[in-house]
Amino acid sequence: MARVTIDGHTIEVPDGTTIVEAARKIGGDIVPPTMCYYSTLKTSGGYCRTCLVKVTKGSDKDPRPMPKLVVGCRQTVMDGMEVQNITSPEVLEAREGVVEFLLLNHPLDCPVCDQAGECDLQDLSYGHGDEGTRTEFRRRTFPMRNIGDKIKLHMNRCIMCYRCVKVAEQLCPERVHGVLNRGWDAEISTYIEKAIDNEWSGNMIDVCPVGALTDKTFRFKSRVWFTKPLDAHRDCDVCCGRVALWVSGDAVLRVTGRKGVYHEIENTEDGKPGWICNTCRFEKKNLSDWVIEGPRHIDRHSVISQNHYEQLKQLKQDLSRQKLIGEKAHNN
Amino acid sequence: MATNKEIKFSDDALALIEKIIKRYPEGKHKSAILPILHIAQAEFDGWLSPEVMDYVASVLKIQPIEVYEVATFYTMFNLKPVGKCLIEVCHTGPCWLMGAEDVVRYIEKKLGIKNGETTADGMFTLKTVECLASCGTAPMMQIGETYHENLTLEKVDTILEEHRNAGVRRTHWEKEKIKS
Amino acid sequence: MGRQLLLDNLDKPGINTLNGYQETGGYESLRKALQMKPEDIVAEVQKSGLRGRGGAGFPTGMKWSFLAKPPGEPRYLICNADESEPGTFKDRYLMQRKPHILIEGMIISSFALGANTSFIYIRGEMMYVYHILQKAIDEAYAAGYLGKNILGSGFDLDLHVHCGAGAYICGEETALLESLEGKRGNPRIKPPFPAVKGLWGCPTVVNNVETIAAVVPIIRITGEEYAKIGIGKSTGTKLISASGHINKPGVYEIELGVPVEEFIYSEQYCGGIRNGKKLKAVVAGGSSVPVLPAELILKTANGEPRLMTYESLAEGGFATGTMLGSGGFIVMDEDTSVVKNVWNFSRFYHHESCGQCSPCREGTGWMYKILSRLLDGKGETKDIDLLWDIQRKIEGKTICPFGDAAAWPVAAAIRHFRSEFEQYIKNGKSDVKHYYRINNLQEI
Ligand SMILES: Cc1cc2nc3c(=O)[nH]c(=O)nc-3n(C[C@H](O)[C@H](O)[C@H](O)COP(=O)(O)O)c2cc1C
Ligand code: SF4
Ligand code: SF4
Ligand code: FES
Ligand code: FES
Repeated sequence: MARVTIDGHTIEVPDGTTIVEAARKIGGDIVPPTMCYYSTLKTSGGYCRTCLVKVTKGSDKDPRPMPKLVVGCRQTVMDGMEVQNITSPEVLEAREGVVEFLLLNHPLDCPVCDQAGECDLQDLSYGHGDEGTRTEFRRRTFPMRNIGDKIKLHMNRCIMCYRCVKVAEQLCPERVHGVLNRGWDAEISTYIEKAIDNEWSGNMIDVCPVGALTDKTFRFKSRVWFTKPLDAHRDCDVCCGRVALWVSGDAVLRVTGRKGVYHEIENTEDGKPGWICNTCRFEKKNLSDWVIEGPRHIDRHSVISQNHYEQLKQLKQDLSRQKLIGEKAHNN
Repeated sequence: MATNKEIKFSDDALALIEKIIKRYPEGKHKSAILPILHIAQAEFDGWLSPEVMDYVASVLKIQPIEVYEVATFYTMFNLKPVGKCLIEVCHTGPCWLMGAEDVVRYIEKKLGIKNGETTADGMFTLKTVECLASCGTAPMMQIGETYHENLTLEKVDTILEEHRNAGVRRTHWEKEKIKS
Repeated sequence: MGRQLLLDNLDKPGINTLNGYQETGGYESLRKALQMKPEDIVAEVQKSGLRGRGGAGFPTGMKWSFLAKPPGEPRYLICNADESEPGTFKDRYLMQRKPHILIEGMIISSFALGANTSFIYIRGEMMYVYHILQKAIDEAYAAGYLGKNILGSGFDLDLHVHCGAGAYICGEETALLESLEGKRGNPRIKPPFPAVKGLWGCPTVVNNVETIAAVVPIIRITGEEYAKIGIGKSTGTKLISASGHINKPGVYEIELGVPVEEFIYSEQYCGGIRNGKKLKAVVAGGSSVPVLPAELILKTANGEPRLMTYESLAEGGFATGTMLGSGGFIVMDEDTSVVKNVWNFSRFYHHESCGQCSPCREGTGWMYKILSRLLDGKGETKDIDLLWDIQRKIEGKTICPFGDAAAWPVAAAIRHFRSEFEQYIKNGKSDVKHYYRINNLQEI
């Protein structure tokens, strides 16, 4: 076991736990935001850099601070480690930078995006971004693509979190989509539009933190906040059959996995992630296909509370003052 | 165009590929992908069509997407047809201090093409590339496996003339080096 | 000229062949090494003070001592011959002219580390050098220096050369490993480090060509003798790739500690600035390290002569110093626009980013666009601050050091040449007349 202190909260966790997982055990404001990490996908995390934190004390054995900010989703804790997240101006500033980078080429088309209202990037930029954009350059654009006949890829919105690739690698035996090209031009693609007919491919939609992968069978262009989520299940011989139904009146608009507090698919009783199959997701669009369990409680702001924004704002103001002073000193 | 021909490696190429795959431990044959794609470019008209990439996937027994992912990452793989003679002019800092822009502009004017284009006769394609580790002999360019260094405009004339007269396709892994 | 431990006998005809190399004492170090215990070779390298010649300057002996040795698991030695850092061309020069020194170094180092399969990863553009190395390897097999039971020692080694295909990032050691595994060259997230989990998950050492070649003379003259060359922690000789506006560009083997001024102006080395021009600035260690103006590259901020050592070049931190890096020494004369130069480098980093992590993928492109706009005469004063802010938000926040490498040149150009940026903004161009032409060419 290792004792770790994050923003003044101490907790004991098993060896090998990451800083983000330890913080999630503590809960509340001190949990670093994550865009690419997904606890149930192996080797996820490390790409987006939103979870950067500062390790002010490495461990009891070696108390030296770590020289650079580290990604909380990959860095494992050591006994006696001390970490700063929202108590470090340096971390908040770095995160603001990351948010700006993630938004640099993002189309900001929230008004027409299916994900609006349940988009991690929207939450993140609200909580951690700077006001206004500083880029006047044309944003990068890609053509719209189909990944099979049920999934649409709006690559312009993609933040290259690699989650969908990990789903394809780890859930689907024959991967047909992946990352093409390099750097600025890198994109998720199938190169030639190959159909994805794997039973599990639809889970890509659920892991996508933004509105880049969407369900083509989502029948009405309806805002998620107008639809009413219900927990429901059916007897499925492929998957666990436990889903969230998004209904309006009698109509099932779409079917998704059940997302929990960090917007990850919840585990089922057997402790395994409740991934759902494409039949449940795309084919079962009648209420009569399902046994309704009851309304689903969606707590969008359990991670980032309103109060948190105010705190952050204050910290940021302090920070920009410091920055000005620092920069003056630097330029002299 | 390659599309109508049957896509199949020559016997020499297959023998070489088999030799290369043996360098890597059992089950790690995917490691051979970069050399094999170079050989594929040499065998199939200097570029990698989707059909050629699918064929390479079948030779290596991996998924086609794994080949696409790799082929689109590395700049030496041409995903569109190129001229017989791909002229790669280095335009990074040190070469550029020594007149790389002159070389590019001169070739553009001489051949009547822009960077990235191919001449109508399919002979030349011009492409600017990043530092080729020949900065002490700048400006420089590469055609096939050959480095042409300390370029002057006269030198460029001579080199292009020689290639036009020879009329053979040049690739990074030169075709004659596939035979062993 | 100081001692030549790597480039000696370079003009001897046939030095690129096994016989020619052997006639100058080639493979004698191997014979000597095979009589030693592997751990004694590691100790010898530790004593020599040899530091990695690929850019980071990490002590080689220490790196070797970190290699995990779980029983029953293979270990690998990989030679990094990706040499793509702009301004650096020493590895190609050495491999092309004297391939067997690398092969000999690989055999000795593999023996020291207990690796029975080793690879040389060479960038694909250097395909002709790939074939040179392959031929040298074939010769070495035929002579019994490779394969089973090398020279009766009981040590087996298979050595292969592997080619890349155009990606600067594959010089980063974990991207190189991914590439060698047949994947995209995406750097790995560390830890784990290669010494624990490297190629195919096995313990691995990655070393630069020059580092491995230097093991040959170290075994020949002993680590102690090697350490006597140079100053302080900068021991031995170093290959410097000199390019740009100098009279004698090329690769020079220097004893570490030569004054920078001597290196630039003496006839032994660069022979001064061409066309009788004045020196304006130098990028001393490959495109990634901070550019320094003439007064700071020749003398430190304290007024002491700057020396070609790891420590002296770094004297003053980034405020007034730079780094030895890979030894890519790029010289710019008075007619050079530093802004244009950093624009060129920023295009390079934008082009070469692997795109995995957001600060580097987005930030490098953003900086390139701002600099392009500035050169177009459409810049504004706030662009300088914006550039400064962007590079700061990239530096130290990325998966691999590429982010730093992309940020530092921009930071240094602003730090030391801010007024030149301001000129572009004010006049739409620089007062510096820049002459990026083939020498003495007027018209096309
Ligand atoms: C972006 C980037 C590019 C690099 N390119 C090279 C290279 O071309 N050659 C090289 O030897 N090392 C390169 N390195 C350094 C390697 O990661 C590694 O440190 C080196 O190969 C270790 O060898 P050494 O200890 O012998 O120097 C690069 C590092 C980075 C971050
Ligand atoms: S499509 Fe979505 S899940 Fe896939 S990489 Fe892009 S943002 Fe991530
Ligand atoms: S810093 Fe750049 S090159 Fe390195 S992993 Fe991130 S995106 Fe790739
Ligand atoms: S969530 Fe940790 S880097 Fe993306
Ligand atoms: S800059 Fe052209 S070869 Fe290095």
